[in-house]
Amino acid sequence: MIDTWAQIGYLISAVCFIVALKALSSPKSARGGNLLGAAGAVLAVIITFVAYKPDHLVPILIALAVGTVAGVVGSRRVQMTHMPQLVALFNGVGGGAAALVALMELGEVHDGQTIASIAVAFTVVVGAISFSGSVVTFAKLQELMTTRPVTFPGLPVLFIAGILGSVALSVWLVSDPRVWVGVLLCLVGLAVGVMLVLPVGGADVPIVISLLNAFTGLTVAAGGYVLGNTLLLIAGTLVGAAGTLLTKLMADAMGRSVFNILFGAVKGGSTLGGGTASERPVISGGATDVAILLGYAQKVIIVPGYGLAVAQAQHTLRDLVEELQSRGVKVDYAIHPVAGRMPGHMNVLLAEAQVPYEQLREMDEINGDFKSTDVVLVVGANDVVNPAARNSPSAPIYGMPILNADEAHRVIFLKRSMRPGFAGIENELLYDPKTTLLFGDARDSLTKLLAAVKNV
Amino acid sequence: MTETIALLTIFVLAAFVGVEVISKVSSTLHTPLMSGANAIHGVILVGAIIVTGQADSALVVVVGLLAVVLATINMVGGFVVTDRMLEMFRGPGGRKKELHK
Repeated sequence: MIDTWAQIGYLISAVCFIVALKALSSPKSARGGNLLGAAGAVLAVIITFVAYKPDHLVPILIALAVGTVAGVVGSRRVQMTHMPQLVALFNGVGGGAAALVALMELGEVHDGQTIASIAVAFTVVVGAISFSGSVVTFAKLQELMTTRPVTFPGLPVLFIAGILGSVALSVWLVSDPRVWVGVLLCLVGLAVGVMLVLPVGGADVPIVISLLNAFTGLTVAAGGYVLGNTLLLIAGTLVGAAGTLLTKLMADAMGRSVFNILFGAVKGGSTLGGGTASERPVISGGATDVAILLGYAQKVIIVPGYGLAVAQAQHTLRDLVEELQSRGVKVDYAIHPVAGRMPGHMNVLLAEAQVPYEQLREMDEINGDFKSTDVVLVVGANDVVNPAARNSPSAPIYGMPILNADEAHRVIFLKRSMRPGFAGIENELLYDPKTTLLFGDARDSLTKLLAAVKNV
Repeated sequence: MTETIALLTIFVLAAFVGVEVISKVSSTLHTPLMSGANAIHGVILVGAIIVTGQADSALVVVVGLLAVVLATINMVGGFVVTDRMLEMFRGPGGRKKELHK
């Protein structure tokens, strides 16, 4: 048992975490909330050093320094567009750390401490799942591997075998806490994590990150139980509970169920189209044609997507919009909740370009306006305006709420190529006679458009 | 046994708090919130320091140090990356201030 003052210090940290989470759910207080959470974490680490007086102090401090440098450099250097996979990676290493801590505690667990050994087994296996699952998630988002769902005939059987195997090994570990059983359990957990994430399609990956995040939270809570550490227990449980709810909220925003996201592809669901229809004719235009459409419109809606983020074209887009506004065109941005590769991606990006907050309109608010809109300009988005989500029950994105761009009089897509969107499905809207395509990198296209609009 | 019950009580209450505090989040903040929660579970660092500090064998110390490195990356990187995301979420008020500069 550690000193009372340390317990109280841990309680203060825990309160910091709770207030931090609360603050993070409102735009005004979010940044302060994050800083408060960091302060709570630093306090917890200092208390631990003083209260537990750990041996091997110098190596531990060196390890801390190494981790700090890696964490700071990693998160400072990465581009905005790569943030989701970075979060996945951070989550994965956290899960890995929890699994390692539990493995080391295995030697300390004695007969009769049934609940403690259950908690150890849980931490080892779920920590391992979180680690390997996050690594696969990272690989998918970084496009080190295909973003499409990956399945093979034996996958469901292997997956179930993996689950049963980890349950059996956990029971074994609880009745006979041996380290090698723990290591084996860890390995099975790693395999299950890979199999869990492989069948998930690219567009759903952010939801899986959130789910694995909740997993890691629960492992930290279980680890806290094993160590008798209330702070780990509270912080882990908080993240586990909040992460689970957040996963559900994110899935709801996409009109999907978590079960479908995880197992939809395995059930033998659908990967519609798949590039076969790409030979069909489309209408592609030059910058001048598009500039005329835009320049003489009354009302334009911009639909930004991941392509805008990749091309870092947000500033150019704002310039174009301001030029149009100076000509008397009414322009709004329609923000789909999951445009880009993480919810809120577009808000972050356009806020960076100092687009006034009032011009960013959320999906529910703007969807009725498309009917009376002359031109919709889709910049590097695809799935969020794909009518298949409404019309084609076999499409993987069926049921996802979309922006009703197809209801506008004219639609312009700025695209790099005819490649389908992140969900890997054809977009019928591209072939619609009222649609014009302007091929090229979003920034180049927008720069040309801006010049052309000034001339019309 | 009382300690077990105490820990179990904390677990259940914390679960309710976790659900309650984020139940009203807007979809634009889903990602920073996820990232912030991700950073918070980096406190497993505390556990990694405790077990490493009590370790006797060289192997366990090495594994423990690895856990310390991983947990630190999770915690420090998590808070920094969340801050970077939120930096761009300046509301209308924040932006006005900047224009006056």
